[in-house]
Amino acid sequence: MNQLAQSPGDERFVLNLGPQHPATHGVLRVKLVMDGEYIVEAEPVLGYIHRMHEKMGENRTWAQFLPNTGRMDYLHALAYNLNHCCLVERALGIEVPERAEYLRVIMTELNRISSHLLWFGAFVLDLGGFSPLLYAFDDREQILDLLETATGSRLTYCYFRFGGLYNDVDENFVPGARAFVARMRERMPMYHALVTKNIILVKRLKDIGFVDAEMCRKYGATGPVARGAGLAYDVRRHEPYSVYDRFDFDVPVYHEADSMARYMVRMDEIIESLRIIEQALDGLPEGPVMAPKVPKSVKPPKGDYVHAVETARGLLSFRAVSDGSGTPWRLKLRTPCFSNLLVFGEACRGMLLPDALALMGSLDLVIPDIDR
Amino acid sequence: MDTAQLEQRLAALPGAKLTVKDHARQGVHLEAALAPETLVEAVEIMDCAGYFLETVTGIDWLGEQEALRKEVLAAREAKAKAKAKAAAEKAKAAKEAHDAAVEAALAAGETPPPAPEPEPEPQAAPEPEIPVLEDSMEAVYDFNRYPTKGDGCRQGLHRVALRVRVPRSHPEVPTIQHLYPVAHWHERETHDFFGIRFAGHGYLIPLLLPEDADYHPLRKDYGA
Repeated sequence: MNQLAQSPGDERFVLNLGPQHPATHGVLRVKLVMDGEYIVEAEPVLGYIHRMHEKMGENRTWAQFLPNTGRMDYLHALAYNLNHCCLVERALGIEVPERAEYLRVIMTELNRISSHLLWFGAFVLDLGGFSPLLYAFDDREQILDLLETATGSRLTYCYFRFGGLYNDVDENFVPGARAFVARMRERMPMYHALVTKNIILVKRLKDIGFVDAEMCRKYGATGPVARGAGLAYDVRRHEPYSVYDRFDFDVPVYHEADSMARYMVRMDEIIESLRIIEQALDGLPEGPVMAPKVPKSVKPPKGDYVHAVETARGLLSFRAVSDGSGTPWRLKLRTPCFSNLLVFGEACRGMLLPDALALMGSLDLVIPDIDR
Repeated sequence: MDTAQLEQRLAALPGAKLTVKDHARQGVHLEAALAPETLVEAVEIMDCAGYFLETVTGIDWLGEQEALRKEVLAAREAKAKAKAKAAAEKAKAAKEAHDAAVEAALAAGETPPPAPEPEPEPQAAPEPEIPVLEDSMEAVYDFNRYPTKGDGCRQGLHRVALRVRVPRSHPEVPTIQHLYPVAHWHERETHDFFGIRFAGHGYLIPLLLPEDADYHPLRKDYGA
C-alpha cells in the first residue's frame, strides 16, 4: 500500500481490463486507474451478461424457473437447483423422502468438488502453471460422468424437483461414487506436492491480497473468502438445510486473510466434501425419491419466504414473495459472487496488476452469477 | 449486543413495528417495518451489533391497495348479508310465536293477543368511505451475521429483515452506503430494477442494465 505514497500520481492512466480478458473468466470489465504497475483505483463494470433472471422468475410458474437456477453459477448448478426446491418446499411444507435428501447431498457435494477442481485448474493457469489444469480436469471428468448418468447433463443441471428428484440413480452410481472418493483422496497429496508447495505459487499468494474479517463484514463476503479471513461461517453448519446436520464435517478456517488462505480453504473443502459424500453413501436409505402428493401446479400460500444454501462460492439466498398464485410476485436472487467481487475493488488498491489478478482468481468469480 | 437488546433498540425507533417470524417456515427470524426516516438509525444499530448486509432489494406492491379495498368491501357485504339473514330469522320466529299464542288463546276461548309491533329497523350507521390509498414500493434489507466466538454455531443463527415502505409516486429512501459499502451496488441494482431513489447515493447510474436505460423492468406496470 505504501508504494503509492512514494510516487505522486502525475503519471496516472486508465487501463481497461476486459470485458474480454482471459483472467476475468467471462465478460467482466474492470476500469483500473494505474500508476505505473500499481493500481490506484478499480471499478468493476457489470452487466455484460445480464439476463434479468428475476424478471423471468415473475413470468414463469415456480417449477418453470428451475432450469434458470442452473444457469447463474453454472459451475455449482445443483446448489442453485437445491435452493429453489428447498424454498418452495419450505413454503408448501413438503416433506422430502430420506433417500432423495441423501442423494441431493451427494450430488451437490460432488458438484462442489467439480467446481473447486475447475477453479483450481483455472487459478493455477492464471498464475502461469498449465499442467495442474489437465490433472484437475481429469478428476473433474469422473464427476461429470457420474452426474451425467444420473441427471442427463454435464453442466447446467436441473435434477432436483419440488419434493424429491427427477429420477433415482442406477446401480452403478454408488460404487462409482465410492471409487471416486477413493481416487480423489489419493490425488490430493499429489496436488499439494505439485502445486501447494510450489515455491512460485507460494510467492505469488502468500501475504498478498488481504481481505480481512471486517472487510468481509462490510461487503457481505461469504464462502471461502470469509473462511480465509478467519470467519467460520458456513450455511451448511450455521443454518442447516436438507440433511446436512446429520453429517460430521469440519468448516476449514484460515486466519491469514491472504490469497493463500483462500486457496487452502478450497483445497480443504474438497476433503470435507469427500467426507460428507462418504457418510451419505454409507447411510443412503432405500425408498422413494419423490414425495407423494406434490401438487402439479404449485401455489405457495401468500407471504414472504427466504431460503439460503452454501454454494462453492458462498451464501446463496432466494427471497420469494408469493401472492398465492402460480407465479411468484417477486423472486430476489442473492448470489455470493456479487458481494465477493465488490471486495476486489477495495482490496486491490495499491497492488501490482499481476498480484491483483491473482487476488481476483482467489475470489473465484463466476460472472453470470454476478450479472444474473 | 445480544438478540433481546437488538430487538429492544429496534422497537424503540419511532414508527417501528417488529414481528418475530418462524425461521423454519419463512427463513427469517425477525422483521422490522420501519419509517424511512429511521432507516439509517436502524442500520447503525445492525452495524453495531456486528451484522453483515446480505442483500437489498425492492418489492413493487402495485394493486395491493385495490385488493385490500376489495377485501374490505367483500367483508362488509358478507356482514350485511349475515345481518339481513339474522333479522329475517328473528322476524320469522316472532311471527311463529305470535301465531302459536293466537292459536292457544283461541283454543282457551280468550281474545287473541294483538299482533306485535314490528320492531323498527335499527338505523345502521353509514359505513365510512374507504379512501383509495396509494400503492407503495418497498425496500427490503436482509441482514445476517457470522457466528461469533463462544456462541456456538447454532445459537449465532439470526436473520433480520428491515422493511421500508414508500409511496410509489415518490419512492425515496436514504442511502446506507456510508455504513455498508456493499450497499453501493445493491442500491444501484434496486434503482435499476424499481426506480427507488436512494437519497445521498450520488452515483445511481445503471449497474446491470444498459448505461442509457431509463426504464425499471421490475415495476409491475412495466410493459416491454
